[in-house]
Amino acid sequence: MKDTLKKIKEEALSKIADDNCDLEALRIQYLGKKGELTAVLRGMGKLTPEERPVIGQLANEIREEIENAMKEKQTELKAKALENQLKAEKLDVTMPVKTLKRGHLHPLTKMQRELEDIFIGMGYTIAEGPEVEYDYYNFQALNIPENHPARDTQDTFYITEKILLRSQTSPVQARVMEQQKPPIRIVSPGRVYRSDAMDATHSPLFHQFEGLVVDKGITMGNLKSTLEEFAKKTFGEDTRVRFRPHHFPFTEPSAEVDVSCFACGGKGCRLCKGEGWIEILGAGMVHPNVLRNCGIDPEEYSGFAFGMGVERILMLKYHVNDIRLLYENDVRFLHQF
Amino acid sequence: MNLSIKWLNDFVNTDGISIKEYCDRMTDTGSKVEGYELLGEDVQNVIVARVEKMARHENSDHLWVCQVNIGTETVQIVTGAQNVHEGDIVPAAIPVAHLPGDITIKAGKLRGVESYGMLCSYHELGLNEHDMPGYEGDGILILGEEFAQYVGKDVREALLLRDTSVEFEITSNRPDCLSVIGLARETAVSFNRPWTCPAPVVKGANDGDAVENYIKVAVNDADLCARYAAKVVKNVKIAPSPLWLRMRLRASGVRPINNIVDITNYVMLEYGQPMHAFDYACLDGAQINVRRANEGEVFVSLDSKEHTLDSSMLVIADEKKAVALAGVMGGENSEIKDTTATVVFESANFEGASVRVTGKKNGMRTESSARFEKGLDPENVIPALMRACELVELLGAGEVVDGLIDVYPGKKTPVTLPLDPKVINEFLGVDISEEFMIETLQKLECKVENGIITVPSFRNDLTCMNDIAEEIIRIYGYNDIKSSKIKAENTAGGRTPKQQFKVDLSDALCGMGLDEIQTFSFISPKYYDKIRLPEDENVRRSIVISNPLGEDTSIMRVTALPSMMEALALNNNMGNENVYLYEMGNIYIPAAEEDDLPCESNVLTLGMYGDVDFYTMKGVIEGSLALGRIKGVTYEAVTDNATFHPGRCARLVAADGEMLGIFGQLHPLTAQNYGFNTPVYAAELDFDAIFEHIDGVIEYKPLPKFPASTRDFSFVCDEELEVGKLSALIARAGGKLVENVELFDIYRGTQLGEGKKSVSFRVTLRASDRTLTVEEADKVSSKILSSLEHQLGLTLRK
Repeated sequence: MKDTLKKIKEEALSKIADDNCDLEALRIQYLGKKGELTAVLRGMGKLTPEERPVIGQLANEIREEIENAMKEKQTELKAKALENQLKAEKLDVTMPVKTLKRGHLHPLTKMQRELEDIFIGMGYTIAEGPEVEYDYYNFQALNIPENHPARDTQDTFYITEKILLRSQTSPVQARVMEQQKPPIRIVSPGRVYRSDAMDATHSPLFHQFEGLVVDKGITMGNLKSTLEEFAKKTFGEDTRVRFRPHHFPFTEPSAEVDVSCFACGGKGCRLCKGEGWIEILGAGMVHPNVLRNCGIDPEEYSGFAFGMGVERILMLKYHVNDIRLLYENDVRFLHQF
Repeated sequence: MNLSIKWLNDFVNTDGISIKEYCDRMTDTGSKVEGYELLGEDVQNVIVARVEKMARHENSDHLWVCQVNIGTETVQIVTGAQNVHEGDIVPAAIPVAHLPGDITIKAGKLRGVESYGMLCSYHELGLNEHDMPGYEGDGILILGEEFAQYVGKDVREALLLRDTSVEFEITSNRPDCLSVIGLARETAVSFNRPWTCPAPVVKGANDGDAVENYIKVAVNDADLCARYAAKVVKNVKIAPSPLWLRMRLRASGVRPINNIVDITNYVMLEYGQPMHAFDYACLDGAQINVRRANEGEVFVSLDSKEHTLDSSMLVIADEKKAVALAGVMGGENSEIKDTTATVVFESANFEGASVRVTGKKNGMRTESSARFEKGLDPENVIPALMRACELVELLGAGEVVDGLIDVYPGKKTPVTLPLDPKVINEFLGVDISEEFMIETLQKLECKVENGIITVPSFRNDLTCMNDIAEEIIRIYGYNDIKSSKIKAENTAGGRTPKQQFKVDLSDALCGMGLDEIQTFSFISPKYYDKIRLPEDENVRRSIVISNPLGEDTSIMRVTALPSMMEALALNNNMGNENVYLYEMGNIYIPAAEEDDLPCESNVLTLGMYGDVDFYTMKGVIEGSLALGRIKGVTYEAVTDNATFHPGRCARLVAADGEMLGIFGQLHPLTAQNYGFNTPVYAAELDFDAIFEHIDGVIEYKPLPKFPASTRDFSFVCDEELEVGKLSALIARAGGKLVENVELFDIYRGTQLGEGKKSVSFRVTLRASDRTLTVEEADKVSSKILSSLEHQLGLTLRK
């Protein structure tokens, strides 16, 4: 009987070892109700009481052994099958592909958002106003009465005698000051219009980005600090700012503001025409007449304002040499931003 | 304003200041330098020479071989000019010499004969007939015996060619700086140097004659003329001005004419006070009236142009006619001529705005009007007039008649302002001493006494504390202001919900593969034809620009579609494939009343061509609406919009009935107008309306706990029947257990018959509180079937 059991064991194990074996059929053949091992166990009744436990134990050991062998084989076959599947699914990773295309923001939008986000971070809100505007807000409220020579510097498109296409976004500032009590901290980005024929550096329509702060105790030192912060965030941490006296009717004192050339760091290069500085914006302390025109008491409040051309900043930053590219909308241009 | 540094040195000594240093400092103190030019630098090694001997060239019948004394030696120069004679003093370019226009003169041979350089004409020295009146222009410049002392010397010394011309950009608030004296004052304070401006001295004829014997002046319109002064000069000898005066004018960019005219220009440049000289002989009567022009009065200006005047304009007139348009230009009728014997010099103060309007209306802008427009100083009138007379005597141009006409109805009291150093320091964020402030203001000719500043008459731009602060800080140094962070109440920055939605929607559209464009808001009215907009006044009525640059940019668009189409067309022409664009733009709908501002609406325009179809665009639109969680939008076919394909166009209607936009394939005729013969898709959506329909409230709904059942239905129906109608009907018929109705197949085939289609829907049913029984699901199915049968006569496809 022992021999029979050993024979069964050897036969079963050798069959299981075959990779092509049918594990389920073998289980039935040896371990099933009518299986060979089961049959041996069933014949145990004929054994002596001494033999019975010995053979019983042996039979159980063999059963366990076969079962384990089957489990192992099963795991092994599964792993092999998976391996084959993975082999079959191999890809050539160097194949060229059709890239999923994302769209691009227009560079002006990208630039404008960048500027907006800098000032939002400093507590500014974004103010908007009409592009077709009253002469009053575009000029008169800003201390530029009719027939003032300063009107010459902004060749304006008129609709009627009283209505024009705004030549600056400053009328938005006037409208905000009329409606809102200080503290005021706004930026006003938007389209402005000037009667300049189109060429590589001029466009009759362009974008301005202006800022206004009105509060108690605002100083010119605050203006400087704000613009330094802006310049560093826009052009890099090492950027320095320089003020030059200028005249704008709506600010006094007024300044033209240069930043150290971000291409050469101020040593002088082609971008800055050897100057080391690049003019980027106009700024100043809000003229008391403007505050007064908008119902704010200049004895109590002071403020500063600044303004820049979005196209100019963009063109400097990305080395775009022709403003017309911005309004042609050739996707080969747009995709570069 | 071009400033001659030599001229400047009449008033302030700039020795030891390099030109670079000068320009930088002047810019830093507020007189912006645009650039400078070293005059005479382009003339190098040209020597004043005397022609000693001349002989004919052996190989030429027109060339001369000259022996020329250049001081240190005598050299041989061949010339082709025929106006040179032995003994003449001429400019000779001695090798290696440089002449204007990048010309280099080297030694060489002319037809075999050695020539050591070239004799020059004045053109070759960069001069013209105005700079060198009375000299022959066609041949060599023959300088005359008065230049004998310069033989052997640099011609630039002889002809005063060397100077530095600095170009200033003077801001409109500082007309006082449009003058040598004004800039001398600024130079002095900027470099902390003394300066002087000696009062002009006029000897006068002293012969018992008096100005009253010639003219009387009445200022009839004092609001436009604060002061009018005049002097008369008799026995005038019109001649060219001396070289020094001509060269100063030249360095300032002004063309010399004759002594009297040059004096008026010289004084204007030096004092900033425009002057006018007119021929006394041309006056009808002795009375000069400064009056408003009559309506329709005709006036011919110096440049021979005829102008029709109106009563807003001021003229200088005799008893019969206008002789000058005040502050703008003189009249042809009283112009200084070679025969002029008696001259009236006018120095006056006209009101800025009036001069500006007059110049504008007549299309004239002169050096004079450009100064008057900005508001000049009436106190400058007399010094300038006296300076002109002083120059007349200096030049020997005539005899100055004694006496002065001075009508001064507009004398102003000086402006006074308090000086409060504490306020100024706080305002600027600096700490400047009171002493520095007072000293600076005094250098700028303000009087400061007991804390009160008296502003000089030439500084009408100083009217408030801010102005004084600027005067102090620009001299102290803008760049010495210390940065300091704002110390104030906090403010919350950020975008409004609408601004943020615009940002989010832009990002979403980019994510869907569309590129953003930006186009002009003004367009040509022809663009409306191109998109086949109906020729209806109400549809096309646009804001019209009264002074456009051209027709292309003459009206404000009422639709952004044409701009989108232009961008698509450009890309198509460039050969760019698969172009998908969007624009967040404005349109401008005119108000009913002319005096009201138009309504500026935000529109979202889409445009696509290439590997896309109608449903791609619809997908982009649905994606955009989904961003705002806008539900219940329906799509209605539009068949009568001429821009679009009649069978491939839809409008979006919000659940509340508001129209959100229109989109579709362009009508082939529209597409053709932009050079397309393949399908193009476009949309114009009302961004404002879309924003209004955003569902801003997000409320969590529990996830379903019970399984769903599905039922599939296929129907054969007419091609005309819209899928949207069917699915809506199914949803309605199914009742509240219907969770979703989804089209999963459309089939067209010959066995269905012409004009038929088979549509298949999968309906998902679910209850939130239980698992649906088969019976319940079947009940819904039969409700759907009976409803479709009753309403549309449809039965399940067998």
